[in-house]
Amino acid sequence: MSMHKSLKDFEKVIRECVKCGVCQAYCPAYLATRREGAVARGKIALAAALLDGGIGLEERLQQDIGMCLMCGSCMHKCPNTVPTHEIVGAIRREITDKQGMSLVGKGVSALLGSRVLMKTLAKSGAFLSPLLFEKIPETSGLRLRFPAPSMKGRTVPKIAFRNLFDRFPEFIEGRADKPVVGFFAGCSITYAYPEIGEAMITVLQRMGYPVFLPKAQQCCGIPALSAGNGRLVDELALANLEAFRKRDVQYIITACASCNGGIGAYRSMKVDSKDLTGKLIDFSVFLQKEGLFEELAGMEKRQDRVKVTYHDPCHLKTQGITREPRELLKALPNVDFVEMENASSCCGLGGTFSVDHYECSRAIGAKKIPGLQESGASLVATACPGCIMQLQDSINHAGLKMKAVHILDLLAAAWR
Amino acid sequence: MDEQVLKELKGIVGQENVFTELTDRITHSYDATQERHLPDVVVYAGSTAEVSSVLKLANRHLVPVLPRGAGSGFTGGSLPVQGGIVLVLTRMDRILEIDMENLTAEVEPGVVTAELQRQVERRGLFYPPDPASKEFCTMGGNVAECAGGPRCVKYGVTRDYVLGLEVVTPTGDIIKTGGRTLKNVVGYDLTRLFVGSEGTLGIVTKILVRLLPKPEAKKTMLVQFETIDGAAKSVSAIIGARIIPATLEFMDAATIACIREASSISLPEECRAVLIIEVDGDKEILDQQVEKILAVIRPFGILATRIAATDTESEEIWQVRRIVSPSLRQMGPDKFNEDIVVPRSRVPDMIRALEKISTDYNVPIVNFGHAGDGNIHVNIMVDLQANGMAEKVEKVLSEVFRTVIDLQGSISGEHGIGTAKAPFLHMELDAATISSLQRIKAAFDPNNILNPGKIFLESSPQRPAEASSR
Ligand SMILES: Cc1cc2nc3c(=O)[nH]c(=O)nc-3n(C[C@H](O)[C@H](O)[C@H](O)COP(=O)(O)OP(=O)(O)OC[C@H]3O[C@@H](n4cnc5c(N)ncnc54)[C@H](O)[C@@H]3O)c2cc1C
Ligand code: SF4
Ligand code: SF4
Repeated sequence: MSMHKSLKDFEKVIRECVKCGVCQAYCPAYLATRREGAVARGKIALAAALLDGGIGLEERLQQDIGMCLMCGSCMHKCPNTVPTHEIVGAIRREITDKQGMSLVGKGVSALLGSRVLMKTLAKSGAFLSPLLFEKIPETSGLRLRFPAPSMKGRTVPKIAFRNLFDRFPEFIEGRADKPVVGFFAGCSITYAYPEIGEAMITVLQRMGYPVFLPKAQQCCGIPALSAGNGRLVDELALANLEAFRKRDVQYIITACASCNGGIGAYRSMKVDSKDLTGKLIDFSVFLQKEGLFEELAGMEKRQDRVKVTYHDPCHLKTQGITREPRELLKALPNVDFVEMENASSCCGLGGTFSVDHYECSRAIGAKKIPGLQESGASLVATACPGCIMQLQDSINHAGLKMKAVHILDLLAAAWR
Repeated sequence: MDEQVLKELKGIVGQENVFTELTDRITHSYDATQERHLPDVVVYAGSTAEVSSVLKLANRHLVPVLPRGAGSGFTGGSLPVQGGIVLVLTRMDRILEIDMENLTAEVEPGVVTAELQRQVERRGLFYPPDPASKEFCTMGGNVAECAGGPRCVKYGVTRDYVLGLEVVTPTGDIIKTGGRTLKNVVGYDLTRLFVGSEGTLGIVTKILVRLLPKPEAKKTMLVQFETIDGAAKSVSAIIGARIIPATLEFMDAATIACIREASSISLPEECRAVLIIEVDGDKEILDQQVEKILAVIRPFGILATRIAATDTESEEIWQVRRIVSPSLRQMGPDKFNEDIVVPRSRVPDMIRALEKISTDYNVPIVNFGHAGDGNIHVNIMVDLQANGMAEKVEKVLSEVFRTVIDLQGSISGEHGIGTAKAPFLHMELDAATISSLQRIKAAFDPNNILNPGKIFLESSPQRPAEASSR
């Protein structure tokens, strides 16, 4: 039996959508297309019709259900907090269950578990050097996010020669009076941006915390969730639970907003995930809790400060984590923080969305540009590697000189 | 739908803007009333010429056409109750001009209200109409429903800002009404006729609005009262003192009970009514105005007053107002939201009558809204699954509307008639008046193809034969 909720399980919340249309103002898929089929309300109407038997999984329905970044922006502002992203996930699983991977995960599923195909793709020189790509587990979301050679012109992360697991042991000693903290690094940080992970571990070490970085940790599962591959999410969730049970840790920290959302999504699965989800904490919230902001604010401001603005990753914004990252940036001695317009609008990456809908994904990303430009900042900092990559892609297409970075990059630089 | 019609539609707007799948029909079958009626085909228009061609085609084949903006209407205005073509205008979303010298803006109908406001405010200007749906409703929908909002007490409604329109008539003619000048008496005032016509007389394709200079600053306060009468008398006293606040919102005891837990500002049991008052204008005069307001309302049983000193504190006050809607659900799963309006001085009478109706029928009625202009949002909270509830609600509604008319009010202040209030139209308008309206409709729309079945119950004709063949 699947550990996931089925569409039927959502029946009650589906009926709670009052069709007010508020989600139109916040749904990135709608704002890029202004088509009712793309907005949360439209998807809920389809979900209700599916439940009533008024419609089957017709092709157009699959396309509309595909038009979702699973960002949760709609639920965040919905007067009745209808969880459209979870409902979309359930419909996508239904689609994959009934007819195998479909339009939703087109091309994506075929790659899963198929080493041969993976190699061929990699060899075609699509964008990754085959040797390095092989180091990424087959279940990793990175393979779901960037599988296709068809994404011409897309800025993709280079796969690091030495990944995070090559750089650190599984257990990093700390002070005896400090509790052990776990670090859930996630695929993007581990393989594409290990320097962000390095910064995280360095910060924790500096503060005296022993760090547990279990190498058995897997992808959080968000790309698989987005592709409707429930079976794979089950597998990953169980493996991650197992990996972190190996040691008694007080917190499990993430530095990737998507991973935080992905692990958090285990809460709505039919499995007891408290050992993991009960300890889950975003790095900025953790650092504030532990008093690091005051220490930073006490440091002498640098002469050569850079102007930095902040982009809200959907997976933090929807949990109400918007203050902490900004306060951290404001506290940094090497940063001049400026707010920008549309800071909280989605970057457009959205799980596997940009694979199937690169054009729309780009259109959503382009909406960030005026705000970025007007802010006058030279860097845009954020708290999610996925956003960094997508923002950089949008910036490059617009021909701006800005750079997208992780807050931890700046924190590490402050101490250098 | 007739293959020929579909073919011609594709010829007009392009294949990619014509949608016929069941999925598309379902996602364009509702608005905020939650009623559901499937259209036969969904068309996304891109220009005035396209709209005109679609209407001409519809006249030839006698197919109903339903203009649709954001589908946020509360009275079913965009619903295809007789099937036909849902014509969506969200693609036509350009702000064509912001004229800094003459203080006007020209927009296409698909522009979202708040987006226009942001763009003009950047230039130091101001477009006041502020429906609560402004972040997603369209200017075309606002014109069609003559939308209003909290700021209307001082600034008026959509009607007061529309200078001119480009309209495609139901027969497909493109006409222009009004113009760029504030004064204009040439011919009948068609602009006013089209504003509030609920998409039954023509499709608006361009809108020229007048703008104001943006007020320099604003100041918000929240006042708690011992009685609803005290709050109502305060409203009269403020206006009587010749102060017109930008907004004057009230909440009754039932509303306060709903939000007590969620509110970040403490609202004790003794608090039976709340006024949220905002004044705007030049910085120097704001403090004076606040002082003056506090002085005139002092005699009316005030429990507590909070004056926002910063934007954040002002936000906190408005947040209290915003949690009202979502908090209502606890009172019952089904909500009947009526936007009645009575003369300002009759608000206390209306509230008392509503309290009585609520006890008589034993259904919770929650009231809040725009005290400054007498526009009350009456929310009847029920569970329609309960036995006999639907009939009971009918009776309650009739009684509410009858009271409104007795108090010389109107059964809709901003949401329109559509299908939702059509059965009650005759309570407010006599037969001769209704007949005049119908003659105007027939003059513009001889074949009754534009948004049929709305406003007038009587006029819902049989669905044209051509349209029902799928
Ligand atoms: C949460 C919420 C809060 C709201 N708050 C307010 C409020 O404070 N004040 C208020 O007045 N209303 C309010 N409304 C109601 C609604 O938002 C307004 O009536 C709005 O003007 C409708 O705009 P729309 O673009 O959604 O139009 P739709 O719902 O799409 O259409 C409404 C009517 O306009 C017609 N129409 C649309 N576009 C055109 C066009 N270009 N030409 C001709 N006819 C057209 C349609 O046929 C239909 O009859 C609220 C609604 C919601 C859901
Ligand atoms: S905001 Fe929520 S209730 Fe309103 S239409 Fe969207 S999903 Fe439905
Ligand atoms: S999850 Fe994001 S993309 Fe999907 S419907 Fe909600 S707001 Fe739109």
